[in-house]
Amino acid sequence: MKISFRINGTQQTVDVADENTPLLWVVRDILDLKGTKFGCGKAACGACTLHVDGEAVRSCSYAVKFAEGKAVTTIEGLGDKENPHPVQQAWIEEVVPQCGYCQPGFMMATAALLDKNPKPTDDDIDKNIINVCRCGTYYRMRKAIHRAAELTPTKDETETQNS
Amino acid sequence: MSNLNNRKSSRSFNRRQFLKSSSGVALFIGVSGLLPTVVSCRDQKRVEEQFQKHEVTAWVQISEDGQITIYNPAAEMGQGSMTALPIIFAEEMDADWSKVNVEFSPQEAEIYGGEGWAPGTKLMFTVGSRTTNSYYSTLRRAGAQARYVLLSSAAAHWNVPIEELITIEGNVVHEASNQKIEYGQLVRFLTMPESIPDFNEGGLKDPKDFRLIGSIIPRTEIPEKVNGSAQFAIDIRLPEMIYGVLERGNLHGAKPTLQNEEEILAMDGVLKLVPFDYGIGIVATTLEGALSAKKALKIEWSDAQASGFNSQEIYASYEDILAEDKTGDVRNEIGDFNKASSSATKTYEADFKNDYVYHAQMEPLNAIVQVSEDLKKAEVWVGSQQGSDTKLGIPSLLGIGHEDVTVHLQYLGGGFGRRSMSDFVVECGTLAKEMAPRPVKLLWTREDDVTYGCYRPLTLQRLKACTDSQGNLTGFSHVVVGDGGHLVAGGARNDHYQITNQWLEWRSASHGVRLKHWRAVGHGPNKFAIEAMLDEIAYEQGQDPIALRRKLMTNQSPRALATLEKAAEMADWDAFLPENRAKGVAFVEHGSMGTGICEISVNRETGKIRVHKFWIALDAGVVVQPDNVKAQMEGGIIMGMSSVLSEQLTVVDGKIQQSNYHDYKLLRMQDVPDSIETEILPSAEHPEGVGETATPMVAGAIANAFLRLTGKRLRHIPFTPERVLEVLNT
Repeated sequence: MKISFRINGTQQTVDVADENTPLLWVVRDILDLKGTKFGCGKAACGACTLHVDGEAVRSCSYAVKFAEGKAVTTIEGLGDKENPHPVQQAWIEEVVPQCGYCQPGFMMATAALLDKNPKPTDDDIDKNIINVCRCGTYYRMRKAIHRAAELTPTKDETETQNS
Repeated sequence: MSNLNNRKSSRSFNRRQFLKSSSGVALFIGVSGLLPTVVSCRDQKRVEEQFQKHEVTAWVQISEDGQITIYNPAAEMGQGSMTALPIIFAEEMDADWSKVNVEFSPQEAEIYGGEGWAPGTKLMFTVGSRTTNSYYSTLRRAGAQARYVLLSSAAAHWNVPIEELITIEGNVVHEASNQKIEYGQLVRFLTMPESIPDFNEGGLKDPKDFRLIGSIIPRTEIPEKVNGSAQFAIDIRLPEMIYGVLERGNLHGAKPTLQNEEEILAMDGVLKLVPFDYGIGIVATTLEGALSAKKALKIEWSDAQASGFNSQEIYASYEDILAEDKTGDVRNEIGDFNKASSSATKTYEADFKNDYVYHAQMEPLNAIVQVSEDLKKAEVWVGSQQGSDTKLGIPSLLGIGHEDVTVHLQYLGGGFGRRSMSDFVVECGTLAKEMAPRPVKLLWTREDDVTYGCYRPLTLQRLKACTDSQGNLTGFSHVVVGDGGHLVAGGARNDHYQITNQWLEWRSASHGVRLKHWRAVGHGPNKFAIEAMLDEIAYEQGQDPIALRRKLMTNQSPRALATLEKAAEMADWDAFLPENRAKGVAFVEHGSMGTGICEISVNRETGKIRVHKFWIALDAGVVVQPDNVKAQMEGGIIMGMSSVLSEQLTVVDGKIQQSNYHDYKLLRMQDVPDSIETEILPSAEHPEGVGETATPMVAGAIANAFLRLTGKRLRHIPFTPERVLEVLNT
């Protein structure tokens, strides 16, 4: 069965035997984007978080068929080495990762939050960033989320830059 | 097997890859007193010869463009070895850190091993917070030798006495003639001096001149962990690779009888079923295929030792063990506790308990093993804390030599002690042996990992103490009951408190549930019991908990006392607190030593404890990476809070009751303290480990704050809301 969607800006068509295959495995094993991680397989930890049409989605429990015609973004498409996304920049500045395994999921969840809520309060962060990190990097993560909010150009600034 | 050797080794340093790609020189610095050798990387035959001599070590490679590669022998699981160890080498080499690359060293303990448990032995084993501690001296000497080779080569090149030369951050400088040369430019003039100091007795930098050690240096692997390119073993896919999973059940030790072998073998993509004593292995062409087959297995499980075991009811039987008139394993005895107790003015007694906890490392266990067709060689790709067998059990599984197994170490998506076991590597090797020469990737699902985990043991601890007429603590007795031997009895000595009569004993129990070191091991439960007991005494005496500890530390341990005083100062211990707030203190030594103070509040309706602030004063000797030490304190506190306030693994009739993160609950963002402040006390002492010092502070500090706030005693980890309410209502 063929399913088509955009991923990190490129149109892709994948051929899967089962349309209910989790998007996570398609992204990792067919499209070879390994930054999105398998943690629990039941949407309980968030290590597999990516964006589908800008929404944070736990891809281990999201059937690939639902991605048809949509735009998927993974950590590899969030920014690049020369131009890291503000969330990635903040993560570097605050030295957030320890083992690093869960971090792409947290960064994707954060980027989706900031897109909707550019200046989240601590309470907003508590309610929206509910992934699991066993190394306990949450303390630095919270600082990094606020830092990312500072680093994110507001819509006005973006328009000025583009004009 | 040649096709394996030629494949680009993922991330790890591979000899042939080294030969193909290298320019410049490799400095082979012996760690066993041999003279170092300088070998041009263009002289591939010599390099190969040197690699074949296991007595020498290549810690560093310098190329003509000035790039320096330093090899890290320890696992990287977030604790920072990929930066801390190379910094130590680069400090003594006086390298320009901006030109340093870091790669994993080959997994060869004879060459790259740090100090082993026994004198004169070598070990590659990233456990017990020993990374920096065990490699510090070795890497300083090796770095100093590398610098010496550069100095002597420059001296020969310029024809000046070596004594007139200095190094300045990656350059050799001769001030008298105003000459300066970068290390990279020296490469083509490098020669081996006739003799070289071993730097065992002096000649190393004065710590006050350290330029890299003790400064804030970004961790080398952060950029790749932020852009998603950091590679873990689970991310590796080899050509022709097939997938393995095991069904192990949830009753540890039960033996399986498969009921539907033919049906499973007929499933799409299933290649082979491999029986294990404790499970059924499936190999399939895809992971999804293997997992579907696993779900379809019909297995009858035998009973096992754990049958009938109920973790929440076992404490009563532990009390029976305590009541027995038979002494267990005496782990420490100072003076005579019984005598002190019988002549004491007042005696105290309390029981403390802790339930099982699970490691919950975020990357599920996995490995890839490829065995050659003739079964005489193997390669392993794995995230491992390494082990006493650096080849992770594969040589004995296949009956081949250690030199016939190559381990390609990857980043670990969490270790916490679970990846210091090689059970999953041996399982993978067992499947790969059946499927040789195809590489097999074995994956444990999260459910596999929770239900067939290796937990920190549950224990019952009976503490007794006695005081004289002035209220001084004269005796302290600690009896631990639990399964797992040294896993439960560790960390219960009181070497930093002056108590003249002490007794420490372990009494064993056995349940057939798999157990393993979990960050800080026995320190977690045992420090909780000790520190809570001290505060219960202080509370009854109406004494301040800091004052009580100060009295015990003053003549015994000035370093411990300094952490106590600093933490009290940071926390403004005596300051007025708003209603429903209290502070609690706990001291821990685990290599490094520190005092932690927390500030909590309690919701008396729900029983939920909230930790608002944590302060830690730490003495870890020389600190190589101060910011990383702070990160370890923060993470250690949060992991400690998770285990103390939330996590609970239970067993009913031998069967593990939890299966994934929805019912094994880890702490999340919303429960993290508003601030976690760490102060590192200055020290020139040898570095001590920091990874396991913060976690065991948490239970004691919280219970002690709770006692000061409510007058009630929390004596059973975890302090779940239900337990807190129960205690509040007594």
